[in-house]
Amino acid sequence: MAAPLSASGAGTGIADPWDDLRAIAGGEHLRAAGPVDGVAGVQPQMVFEPSSETELAAALRYGNAAGLGVVPRGGGTKSCWGNPPVRADLILSTVRLNRVIEHAWADLTVSVEAGCTIQNLQNMLAEHGQRIAVDPLWPERSTVGGILSTNDSGSLRIRYGALRDLIIGITIALPDGTLASSGGKVVKNVAGYDLPKLATGALGTLGVITRANFRLHPMPHNIRSFTFAACDLGDANRVMLAVQDSSLTPAGLQVRLTAGAVPAVDVRFEGTVAGLAAQEMVLRKIVAPAAETVTSDAVWQAREGLWSSAEAAAIAKFSVLPASVTETCGRIGHLADSLGVQWRAVVQGTGLGWLRLEASRAAAIHEVLHTLRPELERVGGSLAVLHRPAAMPAIDAWGSAGDAFPLMLSVKQQFDPRGTLNPGRFIGGI
Amino acid sequence: MWTEVLTSCSGYPLRAKRRASRIIVDAHILQEFRAITGDRGLITSQEELKTYECDGLTNFRVVPLAVLLPRSTEQVQGIVRVCHRERVPFVARGSGTGLSGGALPVKDGVVISLARMNRILEVDLPNARVTVEPGVINLEVTGRVAPHGFFYAPDPSSQSICSIGGNVAENAGGAHCLKYGFTTTHVLGLEVVLPDGSLAHLGGRTLDAPGYDLPGVFVGSEGTLGIATKVILRIVKRPECIQTLLAAFGSTSDAGAAVSGIIAAGMLPAAIEMMDNLAIQAAEAAVHANYPNCGGLLLVELDGPAAEVEALMRQVEEICRKCGAGQIRVAQTEAERAVVWKGRKAAFAAVGRISPNYIVQDGVIPRTALPRVMSEIGRLGAEAGIRVANVFHAGDGNLHPLVLYDRRIEGQEHAAEVLANRILELCIEAGGSITGEHGVGEEKKMMMSKMYAEPDLETMQRVRCAFDPEHLSNPTKVFPRPRLCGEMPGEYRPHPLEVAGIAERF
Repeated sequence: MAAPLSASGAGTGIADPWDDLRAIAGGEHLRAAGPVDGVAGVQPQMVFEPSSETELAAALRYGNAAGLGVVPRGGGTKSCWGNPPVRADLILSTVRLNRVIEHAWADLTVSVEAGCTIQNLQNMLAEHGQRIAVDPLWPERSTVGGILSTNDSGSLRIRYGALRDLIIGITIALPDGTLASSGGKVVKNVAGYDLPKLATGALGTLGVITRANFRLHPMPHNIRSFTFAACDLGDANRVMLAVQDSSLTPAGLQVRLTAGAVPAVDVRFEGTVAGLAAQEMVLRKIVAPAAETVTSDAVWQAREGLWSSAEAAAIAKFSVLPASVTETCGRIGHLADSLGVQWRAVVQGTGLGWLRLEASRAAAIHEVLHTLRPELERVGGSLAVLHRPAAMPAIDAWGSAGDAFPLMLSVKQQFDPRGTLNPGRFIGGI
Repeated sequence: MWTEVLTSCSGYPLRAKRRASRIIVDAHILQEFRAITGDRGLITSQEELKTYECDGLTNFRVVPLAVLLPRSTEQVQGIVRVCHRERVPFVARGSGTGLSGGALPVKDGVVISLARMNRILEVDLPNARVTVEPGVINLEVTGRVAPHGFFYAPDPSSQSICSIGGNVAENAGGAHCLKYGFTTTHVLGLEVVLPDGSLAHLGGRTLDAPGYDLPGVFVGSEGTLGIATKVILRIVKRPECIQTLLAAFGSTSDAGAAVSGIIAAGMLPAAIEMMDNLAIQAAEAAVHANYPNCGGLLLVELDGPAAEVEALMRQVEEICRKCGAGQIRVAQTEAERAVVWKGRKAAFAAVGRISPNYIVQDGVIPRTALPRVMSEIGRLGAEAGIRVANVFHAGDGNLHPLVLYDRRIEGQEHAAEVLANRILELCIEAGGSITGEHGVGEEKKMMMSKMYAEPDLETMQRVRCAFDPEHLSNPTKVFPRPRLCGEMPGEYRPHPLEVAGIAERF
């Protein structure tokens, strides 16, 4: 691995950067940061809430020139994700950039500012019977820019793809103050490089997303969810694979696992009444002998449940092949049990899972994660640590990018050569 | 006598003699290439090189200095290392079916054909993954997995001859991307030879590989970021039922209204295709698809669970009737569907039956702008005295106007080119794009400045600088002007032409 980017920065001979920033910001929306503004345990100095993307770009440019560490922030729901920043001086909040710019409902597209919350966006789209087909964590607080930067996806992904498959255009502010757009407002477009995908999941380390365009989907006319109690882990994985190997078209397929309990498999269909009835019949044949249990739509928020009262818990996202879910969860269970760690997991049919680990001895949690990651990486998977208890020994949040890392470092250096944006929070010290 | 201006690795212009192109790949370089690929993997004779002078877009032609036909990743790496050391630009080539000149050789460069790297390396059905070499033909992937009930979704019209490597370069689409997405949706991972000859693995078999989404930016980069030598594809389970409806309308506007109705009803068909009368006539003349002779033909394909498809197809029929459709046919068997699609897939080539020459254009508009843009295309065509046949992927607003002309009539070729460009301007004005699936390549790079502002293009080129600072991998394509990648002070590296004494800096 190459060395992390330079950690030098604020406090290197700059008299008072904030006076100059006040000139850009007009003072009113620039304020001192408080304890709630902490970023993965690091306390920034100031928070700026620009009212326009040009104001945001100007402030970013200023911060870059002044050698500040700048942390972009939307709803602040995932500020603990990633490694602690090596510098965090200024938070650039998109909270006031919250307009839905254009909902071209007849074209099934929307253009929206980065600070708009997902719930507000969905409410606007619903007026025309449409939605952006994602179900991220905490939609009432998380923002467009935030879910893009963290590439957060939920149970709808198995049917509608990830954010990378839904975003069609983006505008980002670069550290040098450039406001650059790419992609566009049409679903199909291969003109130039696909920067919307590059910015998605980049944790704000290449630029600050100021607006995005998405393709939309119609709201489903009917939805039905089913929950089955599988006999064991192997049976749960059998059901999940059989559903994917059938003619069914699930719009949600996950298994919920808790140490000591039987796995629960959730399946959701969307469509016409006739279509749902037919799919239900096929489903029942496939899942037998697993028994149906009472189903509530709340099962699709199970991911959020992992985060409740999570101060003393670690939460990780893992990615494995769909056919390896049983083996992976079996291994997690074995490891956790042997170290006295409580665990719960929600794993999607796509092979993406979210894991919660809890123990009175934080070092035991660390040991589970530390042991698990290389095992998953060896078979082509990955493990990202999204949240860690304060008492747990430090662990890298991301793991290895393999031989693609030098390229990632080059990309970072092209976009943010001074390491201004979220320094140190991303993979390999980026 | 100085006759050409070349651009060197550091961006400084060089002057070179015309004879330079013959000399640049001098004996020792050829010898090295030959040592890597063997005699049969190196083409240097003028007659054979001619085969590679253009791709599917034939109005640009450049004869490469040599063509290399590697059989392995190691051979590709070896070739690219030599190119990098000698600053010889290279262009990767698949089947050469591209329609924007993406595989057009560059002056004083070599072509690296991936045609011999054509093995399907791994089929993993439980995980719906297939790993292929770049020379594998698109349709072969489906051919391999079809017996197990799977298919590979991206289906460009050229799918029986185009390669996966080419699809990756162009982010190929096809008629079914309305529902299934593009090549980029189905590429999970890549093994890539970077322009300095090093190897990198982008993405992987699992989702959300840590770090930047480099497969996302590599797919569709038109060969400018390196050469893919392995591609991990996602395959899709074949739907239980597929039905294709053919509806004849009086005009494309009426057909367009039906498309709006289908979308408004909350449906996501697998494909919605539209053809105007001229395109219908051409298709009929070529493949006798038995299309009704009408003003606007709509082809709507639904797929999914049988009960779902049947319920929705009834709604589609009703919407079409309300919008004035005359004849409506629903193809239900595989054979019936094949006939219906035959005309559509053959449409580009079929135009050759009604016009000696034609330009295949590719633009995108927001779907609702269709009536306005169509009538404007009609008006411009009439004004220029040039016929335009129209084939659309109507669901996603991707237009393929076919601009018909006769090269033998003086001035008509030029007028056709002007009209084809004007159509792209209409697309930009309507808030659309200059290309939906054919790529920018050589053909449309000047249009990029009309679609994007300078800072937008500069920002995209930062990616290029990260991958290919020396501009060796398919240089001169996609962007109207290259961006100088960091005028960082460094060791002075003379251009090979300079070394050879046939060029000097000024």
